[in-house]
Amino acid sequence: MIDNNNNKDLVSSPDEEKREAKVVIELRDVKRYFQVGSETVKALRGISFKIYEGEFVTIQGTSGSGKSTLLNQLGCLDTPTSGEYYLDGVPVRKMSKNQRAHLRNRKIGFVFQNYNLLAKTTAVENVELPLMYNSKYTAKQRREAAIKALQAVGLGDRLEHKSNQMSGGQMQRVAIARALVNDPTILLADEATGNLDTRTSFEMLVLFQKLHAEGHTIIFVTHNPEIAEYSSRNINLRDGRIREDTLNPHIKSAAEALAALPKTQDD
Amino acid sequence: MNILNLLKVSINAVASNKMRSFLSMLGIIIGVAAVIAMMSIGQGSKESIRKELSAMGTNLLTIRPGADQGPGGVRQDPSAMQTLKAADYERILAEKKFVQYVSPEVSASGQVVYGNSNTSASIYGETPEYLDIKQWTVEEGVCFTEEDIHKSAKVCVIGTTIVSELFGDNVDPLGKTIRFKSIPLRVVGVLKSKGYNSWGMDQDNVIIAPYTCVMKRIAAQTYFSSIICSALTEELSDNAIEELTQILRQSHKIKDESGDSDDFTIRSQAEMMQTMSSTMDTVTLILGIAAGFSLLIAGIGIMNIMLVSVTERTKEIGLRMAVGATGLVISVQFLIESIIISVTGGIFGVLLGIGASNFVLPIFGMPSSVPSWSIFLSFGVCVAIGIIFGYIPARKAANMDPIEAIRHE
Repeated sequence: MIDNNNNKDLVSSPDEEKREAKVVIELRDVKRYFQVGSETVKALRGISFKIYEGEFVTIQGTSGSGKSTLLNQLGCLDTPTSGEYYLDGVPVRKMSKNQRAHLRNRKIGFVFQNYNLLAKTTAVENVELPLMYNSKYTAKQRREAAIKALQAVGLGDRLEHKSNQMSGGQMQRVAIARALVNDPTILLADEATGNLDTRTSFEMLVLFQKLHAEGHTIIFVTHNPEIAEYSSRNINLRDGRIREDTLNPHIKSAAEALAALPKTQDD
Repeated sequence: MNILNLLKVSINAVASNKMRSFLSMLGIIIGVAAVIAMMSIGQGSKESIRKELSAMGTNLLTIRPGADQGPGGVRQDPSAMQTLKAADYERILAEKKFVQYVSPEVSASGQVVYGNSNTSASIYGETPEYLDIKQWTVEEGVCFTEEDIHKSAKVCVIGTTIVSELFGDNVDPLGKTIRFKSIPLRVVGVLKSKGYNSWGMDQDNVIIAPYTCVMKRIAAQTYFSSIICSALTEELSDNAIEELTQILRQSHKIKDESGDSDDFTIRSQAEMMQTMSSTMDTVTLILGIAAGFSLLIAGIGIMNIMLVSVTERTKEIGLRMAVGATGLVISVQFLIESIIISVTGGIFGVLLGIGASNFVLPIFGMPSSVPSWSIFLSFGVCVAIGIIFGYIPARKAANMDPIEAIRHE
């Protein structure tokens, strides 16, 4: 195993205040309670952390640990009951729905477990989608950006393929291209390998590591502890609290893991 | 997101669900086509009645006995229907300035016999001027003369239906004697055929004879059924009515200051046409409203489909929201979709309606003429339907929670 040392000196310690890298995400004692009937479900019981530009963070936990709720907070899909969340310096808690929609459009790239591509729509059109909601882009610029993003995920030759003509891995690549197309501050992946077989999962990890190496900030939410071995930092959740927040000094190479996989019969 | 992008997205959504879009359009198509066809029947009937009435002479004036009752008025004393007398006719002849032709009319119906053929017909006692007023011509033979009137001569001119019913094809009716209620009448002329009028009446099933003859020998009465006149020109109709009113009031000794109402009614053809067209407008309106209800139902159909579509596309809505679509943008997208469906349906509906009006209705002998305003009206209604019935589904989509929507299965 060869360590991926590219960002090693940037991520010496997660709690250290003095760093050269910019803070892109800061949570201060974020709590999220839900009222279910007469009971209050405490999904997040006070979460605080910072994520710096260029980190590849896995947020890992079992179901019920609060990781989905945390993902919704990070993705500006929801607001905290109390505490503060700053995305790229912008306080999110008091934002209106529309302001958050705008913020998501400019600063966040989502990758979902089940790809969420538009049916019967070509790869390029799917990738263009976030830019459709950004009036700064002309149709031509939109298309150029979408093609660039698709090339970045290795689908430069499948621009006009429709979503129903693609394999799971290809669909997830399109979804990643869609997340990249608006040049987001953070790439937010929700169980992005959850629906894929082992080989394709590793292919995705290779892609994420490549994007990480190119300087993207990635937050990867997963229940799978194995994935943490390929990220630069792992935040482990349990019962709505951070159980562990560790830097990974020995980042595994997904490319090597992929090469080491036994060849399968299917293509 | 600009409106052009939204339009593109909406068109894609409608196009990617062709069958469903078509089915929800179908209601609009049929509704709009029905409205247009109904409007076209109304307009067509109005035009054909107008044409017919003006063919009778737009300067026609009819004096009827009895006060103007308006539609559905109380029934009058039968004696009130006997107010038009020979003296009135003579006075009109003597004093007329704006009136061109005058003909008293006495009518009766009954059986007419020739040899062993018979048929039922109406007989009208007139003066020869009647044919001028009604713009009618004698095709064969001649009309009876002033002298015949003077002598109450037993002569007549007959319509082509009477000719074919009584004489068949091989007998020349001129000079033959027919019997109406046992009174022998010698045929001196045959009228040019006018065909059926729009009420389905055979205008050729008539016998026209000197009014004196019909009055004395057939109807046995001393009063006229009506007096038919024509104004010098259509524009002078009002002057002619004024003139006739004055003459008849004097003749009937109705004083202006006494406040007594006239015991006669004068109607002009222009007035008739107005009455007819307002009646037809009402009929058209009723037909239109009936067809309009089908549009309403079509609108509800669109709403139904759109609601299903919103539910089905929950995930898509969630995704769009996640990547930055605001509730407003989502609702506009769905509104545009429903407007596309309703307006596209409207376009096809208009085409179908025009097609039906021009090619199908004539087959069934229905008069039709598509009024251009009905096309614009239909378009307006379609857009309105799209907005009104698209609103609830659009709001439903806009109010979705992106977190739940995106994980919706």
